[in-house]
Amino acid sequence: MSKIPSDIRYTKSHEWVRKLPDGTLELGITDHAQEALGDLVFVEVPEVGREIAAGEACAVVESVKAASDIYCPVAGVVTAGNTALADTPELVNQDPYGEGWILRAKPTDASVFNALMDAAAYAKHLESEAH
Amino acid sequence: MTSPSHKRVAAPEKVIFEHSRPGRIALAQLPAATRPADLPQDLLRSDRPLLPEVSELQAVRHFTRLSQLNFSIDTHFYPLGSCTMKYNPKACNSLALLPEFAARHPLAPESHGQGFLACMYELQEMLKEVTGMQGVSLTPMAGAQGELAGVAMIMAYHRARGSLERNEVIVPQAAHGTNPATATMCGCELREIPNGPDGDVDVEALRNAVGPRTAGIMLTNPSTLGVFERRIVEVARIVHEAGGLLYYDGANLNAILGKVRPGDMGFDVIHMNLHKTFSTPHGGGGPGSGAVGVGKRLLPFLPVPIVGREGDRYRWLDERDVPQSIGRLSAFMGNAGVLLRAYVYMRMLGREGMTRVAEYATLNANYMLARLMAAGFDAAYPRRRASHEFILTLKRQARDHGVSAMDFAKRLLDYGFHAPTTYFPLLVPECLLIEPTETEALEDLDAFVEAMIAIEREAEDDPDKVQSAPHDLPVRRLDDVRAAKQLDLVWKPAA
Amino acid sequence: MPFIPHTEPDVRAMLDTIGARSIDALFDEIPAELKTRALEGVPPGLNEMEISRIMHERAARDGMPLNFIGAGAYEHHIPAAVWAIATRGEFYSAYTPYQAEASQGTLQMIYEYQTMIASLTGMQVSNASLYDGASALAEACLMAVRAHRKSKSARILLPDTLNPIWRKVVRAIAGMQGFTFEELPYDAGSGSLRSDSLAAYDGQDITALVIQQPNFFGVLEEVDDLTRWARRNGAFVIAAVNPTSLALLKPPGEWGDGGVDIVCGEGQPLGVPLSSGGPYFGFMTTRMEHVRQMPGRIVGRTLDLDGRSGFTLTLQAREQHIRRGKATSNICTNQGLLMTAATIYLTLLGAAGLERVAAASHARTQELMQDLTRVPGVRSRFTGPRFHEAVISLDRPAKGVLDALAERGIIGGLDLGAHYPALTDSILVCATETKTAADIKTYTETLADVLKSVRAA
Repeated sequence: MSKIPSDIRYTKSHEWVRKLPDGTLELGITDHAQEALGDLVFVEVPEVGREIAAGEACAVVESVKAASDIYCPVAGVVTAGNTALADTPELVNQDPYGEGWILRAKPTDASVFNALMDAAAYAKHLESEAH
Repeated sequence: MTSPSHKRVAAPEKVIFEHSRPGRIALAQLPAATRPADLPQDLLRSDRPLLPEVSELQAVRHFTRLSQLNFSIDTHFYPLGSCTMKYNPKACNSLALLPEFAARHPLAPESHGQGFLACMYELQEMLKEVTGMQGVSLTPMAGAQGELAGVAMIMAYHRARGSLERNEVIVPQAAHGTNPATATMCGCELREIPNGPDGDVDVEALRNAVGPRTAGIMLTNPSTLGVFERRIVEVARIVHEAGGLLYYDGANLNAILGKVRPGDMGFDVIHMNLHKTFSTPHGGGGPGSGAVGVGKRLLPFLPVPIVGREGDRYRWLDERDVPQSIGRLSAFMGNAGVLLRAYVYMRMLGREGMTRVAEYATLNANYMLARLMAAGFDAAYPRRRASHEFILTLKRQARDHGVSAMDFAKRLLDYGFHAPTTYFPLLVPECLLIEPTETEALEDLDAFVEAMIAIEREAEDDPDKVQSAPHDLPVRRLDDVRAAKQLDLVWKPAA
Repeated sequence: MPFIPHTEPDVRAMLDTIGARSIDALFDEIPAELKTRALEGVPPGLNEMEISRIMHERAARDGMPLNFIGAGAYEHHIPAAVWAIATRGEFYSAYTPYQAEASQGTLQMIYEYQTMIASLTGMQVSNASLYDGASALAEACLMAVRAHRKSKSARILLPDTLNPIWRKVVRAIAGMQGFTFEELPYDAGSGSLRSDSLAAYDGQDITALVIQQPNFFGVLEEVDDLTRWARRNGAFVIAAVNPTSLALLKPPGEWGDGGVDIVCGEGQPLGVPLSSGGPYFGFMTTRMEHVRQMPGRIVGRTLDLDGRSGFTLTLQAREQHIRRGKATSNICTNQGLLMTAATIYLTLLGAAGLERVAAASHARTQELMQDLTRVPGVRSRFTGPRFHEAVISLDRPAKGVLDALAERGIIGGLDLGAHYPALTDSILVCATETKTAADIKTYTETLADVLKSVRAA
C-alpha cells in the first residue's frame, strides 16, 4: 500500500499539494505515482516567476519507460522549483512528500486549495482506479 | 527443446578509439596536401577532430566483430510485430547499387536519368495499383514523414476549401505513437477514441467524436491489435459525412497486399512503409521510405517532386506543375536508392507475387497463433482471425510466476530468436506482438513455438532463470536507469 | 514461389492446425465487396536474370557523365571497405536496436558515430542521425523553438545564402506550427550574408539565426561575427555545415565566443553514394543542456547486471512511442545504414585523411575556377573566400550552355537562375578530390567550345 499522509491535499492526476505557513502552496507527486513510474531519471521544474493557470502542465517527470506531465490544480506564480532534483531525481522516489517536492507557487485564489481531495477521498480514488 | 541452442556469438569489442595509435593511417587515399594557404586563418580549425587512427585491417576487423554482436533477419528469426522483418532479397541491393545508379547526381539533368526515372515512374504506377489510389509521391523518407505528408495534405485540403476550423485529428487508442506525434507536428489537436473489446474501433465513440472541427481520422487496418477493422465501410461513411478525410497508416499493408485495397475501403490518403511491405532493408534503424498515395481530392497537394511522363520521356514534376503542393520534404527526392530496391522487389514478385505476400504472411501468423493457443498461451483476441500478426498476453504468467512479457522476450534471445514487440500496443497488458512474415519456413515457426513452450516451463520451474535472462548474449540485461541518469553519450580518452 | 518457402504439404498441415479449409478462408473477416480483383496494373513477375537485364540496361542508359555539380550532394571517393561492411546482413537486415542485448553491434556503432560527429562539429552530444540534411535543419528549427525558453516569438532568420531547397523543406516541415521565417539578403559582391542584414533585427526577439558554412554559393561566411550578433541579441544559432569542410574549418562549437547551440548538416559526403539523392543521412549535435530537446535516437553507454560495459538506447521518454502527442518529433528511425557507412568512412580516413580530402577538394575547385575564368565570357561571380564550390557567370543565360554541355557528357553545374532570379547567367560548380587535371581540362575546353558554338540568346 502506498503512503497517503493526511495533512495534505490531492488531485485525481496524482499530485499532492501542501499549504505552507506563508500561504504558499508546495506541490509534488504521490507515493502511488512515483511507484507507478519507477526510477525517475529526470525532473523538469518550472522557472521561478512563471505564471501557471489552474490545471496547466507545469513540470515533467521522466523515468526510463514513461514521461508524465505534472498539472498544477491551482492558478498562481511559481516562487521556487526544487533544484536539487536536477542532480538527484531519485529524491522523488525516496521521499515523495518531503525532499522530493517539485515546486512552490503563490496561489491567486487560495480557496481553491480547500476544494482538493483530502487523504480519505484520494484513497478512495486510488481504489476506484484499481478496479 | 530443453536448452538454448544459441551460444554467445562473440565477445564484447573495444571501442574503436581504443585501437588508435597516433599517426597510424588506414589508407593513403591522396598525395599529402598542405593546409590551404588561401583560406582566412580566422576561419580555420585549430585542433584535429577525435577520429580513429587505425589500419584498414583493424577497421575491417573491428566493424566485422561489431556486426557479429547483432541479431538480424539474415541470421535470426525476427518476429518483431508491426515491423515486417521479412527477407530482403540480395538482388534488390546489388541492382540498386549498379555503378551508374550509385554515381548519379540528384541534380543531373533528366536527359541523364531516363533509366532511373523510368523505374521511379513505374514504381509510382504499381503502388497506385496495389493501394487503389489516384496519385503517388515517393519523396517521404520514412513512415513518419509519410504520415506528416498525409496529415499536411488533409490540412491543406481543408484550408483550400476555406474550412479553417477543421483541425481535429481522431486517433484510436491502439495507434502507433507516431500518429499523435504527427498530428501535433501538423498543428492539429488530438481526439483519442477507444477500441472496443473485440479490437475494432468503437463506432459509437467515433460518431460522438466527429463534427464540424474534424479534419480527419488516422487508422491502421488491420490495426495494431492484429485484427481487420470489420466496420471500415461504416467508419469511412461516418468520417466523410462529417466532412473529414481518412488517413491510412500503411504499417500493416503486408497483411492485405493484393487482397483488399485502402482506396477501395474509402481511404483518402495512405503512406506505405516500403521497408516493410516492399522489403527494403531496415538497416539497423533506417533508411525507411514512406511513399504516399492519395485519392482524387488530395491529388493537388502531393509533395514534390513527382515523376511524370510525356510520350516516351520522363521528367520531374515540381512546384510549377503542382502549385498547391504541400512542398518538399527532402533536399532532393527522398531515399531514391531505397525506391530502386522496392522497384526491383515489386517487379520480381509481379502481380501474382503481391497476393501471395498477404496470403502466406497471414497463414504463418494464424498457424503460430493456433499452435501457441493449443499450448495454453492466451491470445488477446482469441475469437478473431489473426491478420499477419497477433498478440499474446502474458498477464497470467506475470501474476502466477512473476515472469513478465519483457522476461519472455529476453529469454527468447537466449534461444536464438529475436524478441517480438513488447509493451505495444499499450492497451494490452504484458503483451507480445508477433509477426512472422511470409518468408519464414514452417520449421522455423515450429522452433519458435517450441521455445515459447520451453520458456513457459522454465517460468514455472525456475522463474529466476527467465527473469534474469538473457544469459548467453554478449551482455546481460543493461541498466537503463544508469544510462539515463549518468549520461555517457560520447567516448572520452582517459585523462 | 519467390521468397516463400512453403511446400504443398506444409500448407495443408498448417491449415489443418488452424482448422481452416483454405488460405482464402483466413480472409473471411474482410467484407466480400471490398476484396480486390486481379492487379492488372502490376506486370507479371520476373526472375532475377530478367530484372537484372532490365536494370543493367537502364543504368547503362543513364551512363556516367563527368560531374561538376555539388549543391548539397558531393562526389567523393568511397573506400571499398565501407560498403563491403555496411551491407553485411547483420547491419543491413537488422532493425532499430530495441533489444539492446541482441543489438550491441548497432548500438556500439551509434556510440562511436556520436563521438565522431560531436568532435567534428565541436559539440558535446550527437543523436544517432536523422533523414537528411534538409529535414535535419527543419528539426533543428523545431528544436530551437522548444529549447529557447526565453524567446516567445518563434521567429527564425534564414539567410538567402542558405541552400534554397533546404529553406523550402524547413517551411514544409516546420511551417505548420505558426513559426515565422524571415529571409536575409546576400551581398552581391562577396556572395556572403550582408553584414547590415542583421542590423535591422537588433534588439528584437529572434528565436534563432541559421548560418550555413560554407554557404550555398560555396562562400565562407563570417561565422564569428554572426554568432556574436546572435549572442548579443539573445538568439540561438543553428549551424548548417558540410562535414568534410570541418576537417579544415573552425567547428561551430568554437564560433563566436561560446559556440553555437545546434549543429546540423548533410552527412552524405561521408561515404554515401550520390544515388540520385538518397538515402543520405542528416546529423545533429548540440550542447548537453539541450539534449532532452533533441529529436531522434540517442545511445548511451551503461553497465549490465554483471557490471560489464554495454550500450543501450537512452532518453527514450522524449520519443513518440512513449510521449505520443507530446514527443519532440514524430521521427522513429534514424538512417542507421548510412550512419554505419559514415562511421566506417571516418574510421578509415581518420582526421588526417579527412583533412586531405577537404584540402584536395578545395585545391581542385580553385584550379577549376582558374581555368574556367580564362575562357572568354566566363567570370567568377563572388569575391568571398570559398571551400569547394564556386559560382561562375556567363555572358548569356546558363541554361542553354548547361544543356549543350550535358549533350557532350559533362554535367557542368547547377543553373542558379532556378532559385535566384538575379543569377540566370550563373552556374554553381564544384570539384572534389575525384577530379583530375585532365577532367578540369576537358570541362574547360568543352565549355569554351560550347560558348563559341551556342549563340548568345
